[in-house]
Amino acid sequence: MTRVALKGLWGRKLRTVLTALAIVLGVAMISGTYILTDTITASFTQVVDGSYENADAVVSGKVAFKNNESATATTPAFPDSVLADVKQLPDVAAAAGTISDEAKLLDRDGKVISTKGGSSLAASVDPANDARFNPLKLTAGKWPVGNGQIAIDQRTSEKQDYGVGDTISVATDQGVRDFEITGIATFASASSIGASTIAIFDVPTAQDLFNKEGKFDEVQVAAKSGVTPAKLTTEIRPLLPPTAKVKTAEAQTQEAVDDVNEGVGIFQKILLAFGFIALFVGAFVIANTLSITIAQRMREFATLRTIGGSRRQVLRSVMLEALVIGIMASLIGLFFGLAIAKGLNALFSALGVEFPSGGTVFSTRTIVVSLLVGTIVTLLASLRPAIKATRVPPIAAVREGATLPTSGLSRLGPIVSIVTLALGILLLVYGIFGGGLSTATRLLALGFGTLILFVGVAMNAKRAVRPLAAVLGWPATKIGGTAGTLARENAMRNPSRTASTASALMIGLALITFVAILGAGLRTSFGDAVDKLFVADYAVTAENGFDPFTKETDDAVSGTPAVTAVTGIRGGDARIFGHNVQITAVPPNAAQTIRIDWLRGGVGVPARLGTDGVFVEKDYAKDHHLRIGSPIAVTTPTAKVLHMRLKGIFDPPKGGSPFGTVTMSDAAFDANYAKPRNLMTLINVKGGVNEANTARLALSLHSFPDAKVVTAAQFKKNQEADINLTLNLLYGLLGLSVIISLFGVVNTLVLSVFERTRELGMLRAIGMTRSQVRRMIRHESIVTALIGAALGIAVGVFLAILTTQALSDEGIVLAIPWTTIFIFVVATIVAGMLAAILPARRASRLNILEALKYE
Amino acid sequence: MKSRVIQDEADPADLVEAPAANAGVNQAKELLMEAVAVPAPDVLDVPHRGAAVSAEDLTRRYGEGETAVEALGGVSLSVPQGQLTAVMGPSGSGKSTLMHILAGLDKPTTGTVHIAGTSIQELNDTDLTKLRREHIGFIFQFFNLLPMLTAEENVVLPLSIAGEKPDKAWVEELMGRIGLKDRRSHRPSELSGGQQQRVAIGRALVSRPTIVFADEPTGNLDSKTSGEILDLMRGSVDTYGQTTVMVTHDARAAAIADRILFLADGLIVRDMGRSDAHEVLEVMEELGQ
Repeated sequence: MTRVALKGLWGRKLRTVLTALAIVLGVAMISGTYILTDTITASFTQVVDGSYENADAVVSGKVAFKNNESATATTPAFPDSVLADVKQLPDVAAAAGTISDEAKLLDRDGKVISTKGGSSLAASVDPANDARFNPLKLTAGKWPVGNGQIAIDQRTSEKQDYGVGDTISVATDQGVRDFEITGIATFASASSIGASTIAIFDVPTAQDLFNKEGKFDEVQVAAKSGVTPAKLTTEIRPLLPPTAKVKTAEAQTQEAVDDVNEGVGIFQKILLAFGFIALFVGAFVIANTLSITIAQRMREFATLRTIGGSRRQVLRSVMLEALVIGIMASLIGLFFGLAIAKGLNALFSALGVEFPSGGTVFSTRTIVVSLLVGTIVTLLASLRPAIKATRVPPIAAVREGATLPTSGLSRLGPIVSIVTLALGILLLVYGIFGGGLSTATRLLALGFGTLILFVGVAMNAKRAVRPLAAVLGWPATKIGGTAGTLARENAMRNPSRTASTASALMIGLALITFVAILGAGLRTSFGDAVDKLFVADYAVTAENGFDPFTKETDDAVSGTPAVTAVTGIRGGDARIFGHNVQITAVPPNAAQTIRIDWLRGGVGVPARLGTDGVFVEKDYAKDHHLRIGSPIAVTTPTAKVLHMRLKGIFDPPKGGSPFGTVTMSDAAFDANYAKPRNLMTLINVKGGVNEANTARLALSLHSFPDAKVVTAAQFKKNQEADINLTLNLLYGLLGLSVIISLFGVVNTLVLSVFERTRELGMLRAIGMTRSQVRRMIRHESIVTALIGAALGIAVGVFLAILTTQALSDEGIVLAIPWTTIFIFVVATIVAGMLAAILPARRASRLNILEALKYE
Repeated sequence: MKSRVIQDEADPADLVEAPAANAGVNQAKELLMEAVAVPAPDVLDVPHRGAAVSAEDLTRRYGEGETAVEALGGVSLSVPQGQLTAVMGPSGSGKSTLMHILAGLDKPTTGTVHIAGTSIQELNDTDLTKLRREHIGFIFQFFNLLPMLTAEENVVLPLSIAGEKPDKAWVEELMGRIGLKDRRSHRPSELSGGQQQRVAIGRALVSRPTIVFADEPTGNLDSKTSGEILDLMRGSVDTYGQTTVMVTHDARAAAIADRILFLADGLIVRDMGRSDAHEVLEVMEELGQ
């Protein structure tokens, strides 16, 4: 029996390959995700490992709390007296202090060099002192000395054509300064840090540049031989001020690696989710393909039964085929993952994010998970077709046109499919609207709800095929003539086959539609919010639109003629009522540039904040039972506790506001935050938006290359562009599922062509030309794809309505992007045409005589 | 295996493609030949006006070298219009190959074929398909109807494929003739075998082709139904003058033909006029079939 099964697979090579492809791509996505994220993690880890290679203990700034997702998170520096104190310990062999901050390098046109999602690192070196702690190594020139010199990283030097002796401009919070390049350096341990840039100064220059005079960000310490790191840290700890902490080098490394893992881990989970969606679609394709082949091989199974094969043997034979396909496909997918990792890298780099790419990491976990998941999914997907195969009665061997007997279960089919559909919807509704659920429960309910919904729709789809094909195939009958009419009939003649083929496509399209609608909702509500809030003429943002930028720009802009109001909105982290939150700060003139809908306190709130006043959103006030005058304790990252009082409550528009959880005065913020920076600045100008004003404002920001001035309209457009970027990324990731489902369409068509060989021979004999045959297959493919699109778009809209209902408080409105959906439909038609190429060619090239003889 | 020399047994006069053997003719057979208007060999290289299909010196070899099989060994014939010709012969005699070539489904290795006066030699696939569409109708052993179309839709299928509007009166006439007026909207799965074959006959006739080829039209039917189908085919020849070539094993089927050709080993070994089933069986026996 085993030999029979394996020989059968080999005999049906094309079919086997097409079936396997669906799994190959899903597994490749999973293996590619692991390879990519492992490689990123490894590159970061190399840098971190190298950084503390020769240290036993590390002193660093202490934050009161950690908020990794915040863009404004900074670790404060500590006094440099720590270094002198530490050096006096008898067990210390050597110690050195460093500054690490952020400095943007400018290209030769004065523009900030893009780090494509990486960092603009700034580091200090102390070559005269003990250099053993320096993780950087020179590849050319020498280390910088004095306040006019800099060393830069090798990649920047190569990409931007900067060499030793050249002058480079560097933007910091103090503005732009020119430096002479004295050296080119790299991390000694890492091969790549992506597109991150490094600016290296000597210690005094760095301290001066980053407003850290008399401070360090880190002190590395080496112990004398025989002293354990643990002992060393115990000795150092009493010497430290409250703003510093000490850890063994090992612990410090681990902490940094954990940070990296946490960041990459989220990214990995998201990509893996798309991999599993792809596999889920792949499972549909496999189940469908196997069902068709088993129907076509009834003779074979019946013959096996007549010559004494038991049902169990038939089952085993089919499952063995599936096992072989699963293992082979998973193996190929595993290695194809290398290409997917490259593809993902390219996708992100096209969207402006560049990952570090050291040596490719191909870990055991990648191999095990990929092989297991791929094989198990294949086996699960083939279970139903395999059980069907066991029901083939021996008599089918001798009877022409025998059909599979229906089981008791399948007579319950309509009920089971409706119950499944209902269950999916119920789970979704529970997950979305159910009160008091933990995030994990909610996510589980949503995930399973969606999966079951998809299965439910697929099970019910066969009843929708005829009416859908009748409508969606109508254009085919008009365009394709008889070929089109026959194509529509062909799409309807086996509704369950067409339904499951279309259902695979439905999944991808449903998710894409869902994402598109949510994106449109976000765009709409965000646009509305900007329209409502924005009374300013101009805004200043960072070059990339979202990074915080130096508050020095406020003064520069204020000095510009015709400017009547400058509202710099600061951003920072705080801990309030036991939660880490983002806070903002505004100057007294905020009412002039932002129209705030005050519920309590009135329009004068920003002007009356003083040093202890704050305002909050109405929901926050409600959740924490706050009223005017309520005390609010704000803990800063440096563990300072600010005792504030509530002075105003406002009602934000649906699309959100530029304010954080709590907003204080910029005076209070600047006095208590180490490095105050703006999230955005709003500007009013006499004469409003005109060319002269735009030019004047742009000129005023000349020495802040990282900040740019935009009109209110541009501001809105830029933010929308960010949403679109995210949408494109999601489309790209979901596109893989759509491609897999297209393989399903190809499979079904190839198998149908095979099944209809004699019919095609007859059609060719009585005068159907090859191009008519191709047209017929093409239209069948398009009709099938359109059924998938119709189902998918309907499900996507349904999911989006549910979600926007649930999120209406969060400000997402339901906005259906008809143009985008129209584009999806056109793309579906094109995809259908592509899927038809191979089957149509096979059908049109059939040898008529062979086809007519065929039985 | 093919060592038996048919020419030794059969009268050379029967071999239309063997001009050298024309000496020493059997008188009766010669008369018969004239009756069925078999052309003289010397005019065979000119396409026949009035012939629906003609073929000159057809050979057809499958495969190459040592393993090559010769399905047709040099066959010439002309099928005049308005006649029902039966082609008989055992399996492997080349009768199917001959039919396929005459119908433009296959091309000869050597020799020429004219369908309705057009030489098919130089036609590309599309032109040949269009030629079939216009001039040839097919009736198959296994009916080959499209399961998702109704009886009437199956009948008018060739016109639909050609993008032509069916002539309503003609379709009515045909539906009546094949006796399926009241089942016109039934699908093939709702029809009996005989009814399905009648639909197929309607489909073959609907475009009023120059010639209809029938490949074992009764091969998959019981004898009563076979009789009805044969009557229908004979009727279409008598009523519409529909030129028809029928490949068959069945002596009873051959008995409705105006002319019966016997093939063996890729050659026409006998060419006789209207005969009854008994005579056909005798010849079959005589030829060792």
